[in-house]
Amino acid sequence: MQAKLAADAIPLSKKRNSWIRTIKKYKVMYALLFPALVYFAVFKYIPMAGIIIAFKNYNLALGLWDSPWVGFKNFTDFMNGVYFWDIMRNTIIISLYKLLFGFSAPIVLALLLNEVYTQWFKKIVQTITYLPHFLSWVIVYGMMVALLAPGDGLFNMILKEFGVEPISFLTEPAWGRLLIILSEIWKDIGWGAILYLAALAGIDPSLYEAARIDGASKWRQLWHVTLPGIRGVMILMLILKLSHILDAGFDQIFMFANSFNQEKIDIIDTWVYREGLERLKIGLATAVGLFKAVIGFVLVLAANKLAKKFDGQIW
Amino acid sequence: MINLTIGEKVWQAVVYFILILLSLICLLPFLYVVAVSVTPESEVLRRGIVIIPETFTFLAYKEVFISHGIGQAYKITLFRTIVGTLLNVFFTVIAAYPLSKKYLPGRSSFLLFIVFTMMFGGGLIPTYLLIRSLGLLNSPWVLIIPTLISAFNLVIIKGFFEQLPAEIEESARVDGASELQSLWRIILPLSLPVLSTISLFYAVGHWNSYFDAIVYINDSNLMPLQVILRNILLNVATQSADSLANSGAVSTFAVQMAAVVVTTVPILIVYPFMQKHFTKGVLLGSVKG
Repeated sequence: MQAKLAADAIPLSKKRNSWIRTIKKYKVMYALLFPALVYFAVFKYIPMAGIIIAFKNYNLALGLWDSPWVGFKNFTDFMNGVYFWDIMRNTIIISLYKLLFGFSAPIVLALLLNEVYTQWFKKIVQTITYLPHFLSWVIVYGMMVALLAPGDGLFNMILKEFGVEPISFLTEPAWGRLLIILSEIWKDIGWGAILYLAALAGIDPSLYEAARIDGASKWRQLWHVTLPGIRGVMILMLILKLSHILDAGFDQIFMFANSFNQEKIDIIDTWVYREGLERLKIGLATAVGLFKAVIGFVLVLAANKLAKKFDGQIW
Repeated sequence: MINLTIGEKVWQAVVYFILILLSLICLLPFLYVVAVSVTPESEVLRRGIVIIPETFTFLAYKEVFISHGIGQAYKITLFRTIVGTLLNVFFTVIAAYPLSKKYLPGRSSFLLFIVFTMMFGGGLIPTYLLIRSLGLLNSPWVLIIPTLISAFNLVIIKGFFEQLPAEIEESARVDGASELQSLWRIILPLSLPVLSTISLFYAVGHWNSYFDAIVYINDSNLMPLQVILRNILLNVATQSADSLANSGAVSTFAVQMAAVVVTTVPILIVYPFMQKHFTKGVLLGSVKG
């Protein structure tokens, strides 16, 4: 018995010794890494552990441990709630619109810029169209107020000149989604084009020459040389955007939504904020957040697998 | 210049026309916001739509600074942008350096530990409860510490360090330089382009974020610029009783636009300097980490 214990102890202490030796040998490196590990453990992994709240009827006064367990009740409440289909539909519709138009607009801009041979003109257009990307959504909303406010907004002033009644673009539910999509395109069309411009610059010019000699028209060149040249980037971006289909753009929509147009643009994230932090239905809101995070996780993994097939990697 | 056929000339004209139109659409809101903010109420009543004002007034700006506390908000935003970015870059770099060393035992586990947080998270509510229990609510540090390191930026810098030629650092190490010395004297000077791009991303992020302050801060003296602007735009009553808007000398609309200008100008000032860095940044992000 004694001998057996001693025999076990030797490799264990040896193991521990080599472990300590490794740490000692690379102590500076581990010391440099340490703050980041603490940061991610505290601010990312502790909240991850906090998802147990999703299975409790959380009460701020009782705290995490004393709040009663409710199993999957929060999830079933959510799926059976009248709001469930509304916010799922809003989230997915806005995401798909953004995918359709927000994805293609930068490609069109890049293709147009690629046709420009005057360098200074190209530079100026790029400088102007990249700029809105650096503005916050609050500022972009301010611009929308300038253009669309019912009383003094530019468009409504113009409508008034033509004797048309002012339209409440910012609060009318019918305009909500369009406003979200258009402002997104306005903000990020230039920024999104950068990637495609780089891919276009990488296309071998001799391919165009060969096509021209063969008598290919502009359209045929576009179809047979240009688009295949940027196909890789296009597919990668498409997959990446698809995997974020449940992220319809919180920062933007939180700014644009109000009690009037909410029915059309309330998404999962804004709902979680309102339900959790304003109405203090903490368990329910956490459950919905978890529901979204799990789907998002699966989609990102699938996207990465798909992207690898196309010879690229997302992260 | 290549000789163009008539069809190609028409095509070129169409391309230029669309691009000019697009640029105007991007610029027009800026111009209109500035125009409204400096046009006196009387001129608006007289002329209707004013794109280029005949007379100027800075009453709206005075209003924004005096009765909306923009000065204090500027201080908070400058604090989070400057101190925040410095801390962001410092902690990202010191973690990226060891992670770029393929020989470091445990490296891939640490990387997985960090990259996993890009794909899955606890969400808003557990994070809020954590920050509440850490006692960070209503502290200016809540605008900096919870977003101290971006896993995405960390992976980008790590990738950049990895592709630097190992020989340079090895020769320094042979000459007796410690790891810290080689990071400071060899690696960082070679990494200035990527570091300026990442600093830019962090800084713009700090300048533009507003939601964290809305969730974590109640004290109106700690509100950053974007939140004040949001309140002004949403007409939340924040102005003091003696405000000019109450006396009708300046329209609420002009005050809103002046607030937009005041928040946008710093971005416009640094934009020309940022430009050469950010194109690189986008491409860096697309290179696999």
